[in-house]
Amino acid sequence: MRGPLNWLLQIAAVTRFNLRSLPQRKGSSATAMFGIAGVVAVMVSVLSIAHGIVRMMENSAAPGNVIVMRAGANTEMMSALMGEATDIIAEGPGIARNELGAMASPELFVVINLPMRSTGTDANVPMRGVQQQAFTVREGFRIVAGRMFEWGLNEVIVGAGAQHEFAGLELGETIEVGREAWRVVGVFEANGGIAESEIWVDAAVLQPAYRRGNSFQSVFVRLDSPQDFAAFRDALATDPRLSVKVTSEQDYYAEQSVTVYRLITVLGTLVAVIMGLGAVFGALNTMYTATASRTREIATLRALGFQAGPVVVSVLTESLLLALAGGAVGAALAWLAFDGFQAATLNWASFSAMTFTFNVSPPLLVQGIVYALLIGLVGGLFPAVRAARQPVAVALREL
Amino acid sequence: MNDGRGLLVRVNSVDKVFHRGSEEIHVLGGLDLEIPEGEFLALMGPSGSGKSTLLNLLGGLDRPSQGSVEVGGQRIDRLSDRRLAAWRARHVGLVFQFYNLMPVLNTLQNVELPLLLTRLSRTRRREQALLALDIVGLSHRQHHFPRQLSGGEQQRAGIARAIVTDPTLLLCDEPTGDLDRKSGDEILDLLQALNREQGKTIVMVTHDLHAAARATRTLYLTKGTLTREPEA
Repeated sequence: MRGPLNWLLQIAAVTRFNLRSLPQRKGSSATAMFGIAGVVAVMVSVLSIAHGIVRMMENSAAPGNVIVMRAGANTEMMSALMGEATDIIAEGPGIARNELGAMASPELFVVINLPMRSTGTDANVPMRGVQQQAFTVREGFRIVAGRMFEWGLNEVIVGAGAQHEFAGLELGETIEVGREAWRVVGVFEANGGIAESEIWVDAAVLQPAYRRGNSFQSVFVRLDSPQDFAAFRDALATDPRLSVKVTSEQDYYAEQSVTVYRLITVLGTLVAVIMGLGAVFGALNTMYTATASRTREIATLRALGFQAGPVVVSVLTESLLLALAGGAVGAALAWLAFDGFQAATLNWASFSAMTFTFNVSPPLLVQGIVYALLIGLVGGLFPAVRAARQPVAVALREL
Repeated sequence: MNDGRGLLVRVNSVDKVFHRGSEEIHVLGGLDLEIPEGEFLALMGPSGSGKSTLLNLLGGLDRPSQGSVEVGGQRIDRLSDRRLAAWRARHVGLVFQFYNLMPVLNTLQNVELPLLLTRLSRTRRREQALLALDIVGLSHRQHHFPRQLSGGEQQRAGIARAIVTDPTLLLCDEPTGDLDRKSGDEILDLLQALNREQGKTIVMVTHDLHAAARATRTLYLTKGTLTREPEA
């Protein structure tokens, strides 16, 4: 019998023997499988940090929202806008309006020191002075504990992420910065965005505390529609009273996350590659042992008329199945241990801390399993080819 | 030699040289052999004389360094590896000294193994495997695994596997070499019956004169060539 059907039958038959003899090799098979599981767990966990940061940044940006800063500034820290300028910006074309007026939110941005809960070491925590429109410009803003601060008082509300990561931000506690003391009265969420890493306060109270006069760092604006962006940007750019840079929130946050995303992705990939090499040797060892212990069986099958190709494919299939099991275990471990795990890292753009949750996303799980299969493929290929290329007459003598 | 029956095997001026590093080992030199259909041929000779090598050449498990091997009118030394494997599956039944059964398969599954390379349906394969087991008298052990069988029973399973495809040529490499006298005799009875009653052409490599006595012809392999008498 010729043709692909026969070939498939042979593969199925040889694979069946291989798998049925797995219990005889459970030690080395389990070692290879858990080796691969470890690699995938580490890779997926590390890359889920990068994915979590990107998701957080994406959640921060609403389509149609723009951020206006001083010309030449790439971050709020580097920007400064006088109060008059923010008034002019609020008159720009295409800005959405609500009962409070134009949806433009001038904001003040400072950094304070607070100890991390996990290590006790100081971290730079962003503190944002806002006006009423700040809460309408952002999507998904809501107080989840306590209450909103009173305008004109030294009261703050803290992002859920900030409260989780930094000490001293429980309701009723007081933050002391310089000569000022700020009472924590509420906790907020903001759609999982970067604002949740921040502490918010009335801008009118923060300005004198930091001797900023009537100045801000940025204006967050909601446009009627994302299509209004070009007209709004051009109008501000050509206004002789202003020297500003207009960026869509999407671009702004994408740029903020790019450095840390690249750093973590490169590191994560590097770690995964180095560990993967180790796992490949583990798989190679397992599959060489597996084929060596079955040299006579494989030779007998080939003597009976089974082709070399199906032998290669069946050995590879076994290796890939072990890798698949390892990959699935590793991915599941990473998901169980880290999906939604909250942490903080440095925002390289603003040099302040940002909190985020690890995002063990389905594409990342697939990526982990594909990597496991790659390890299995490399680990199984050489033993498979060796088993198939060994002359039958020679292999039959190896008892 | 050819007593009216067709010639099944013709080996013509075969050399077989093995290489070990730079050293050349000449195992067979200018060997000629003809085997008529239905013969039970015993091949004897001292260890290392090339008996198994010759058997491997006849079964298409190895190729000659020079010369030709023809079985059933076909030059098997010229077949590609792929065609040779298919040819073996169709025309050759192999019986090994150490049985070479798959430990993870039961007796019936072991016997059915070569039929996986045919177009037969699952039911037909099962029927044919049971028939082969019946011929070797092992039907009652069909669900046992090799480790649960005695040496003689394992070899009978091996013979059932070799004959299940109704091959042209049955090649046995020391089939009684691992068995006690009684079990060995039972295996020889079986081979003899297959030769006499079913007309199977059998080539058997053996060290044992007692075993060779069951064959219709015995040839001795000495210094790479065949003789009718052992070397003095």
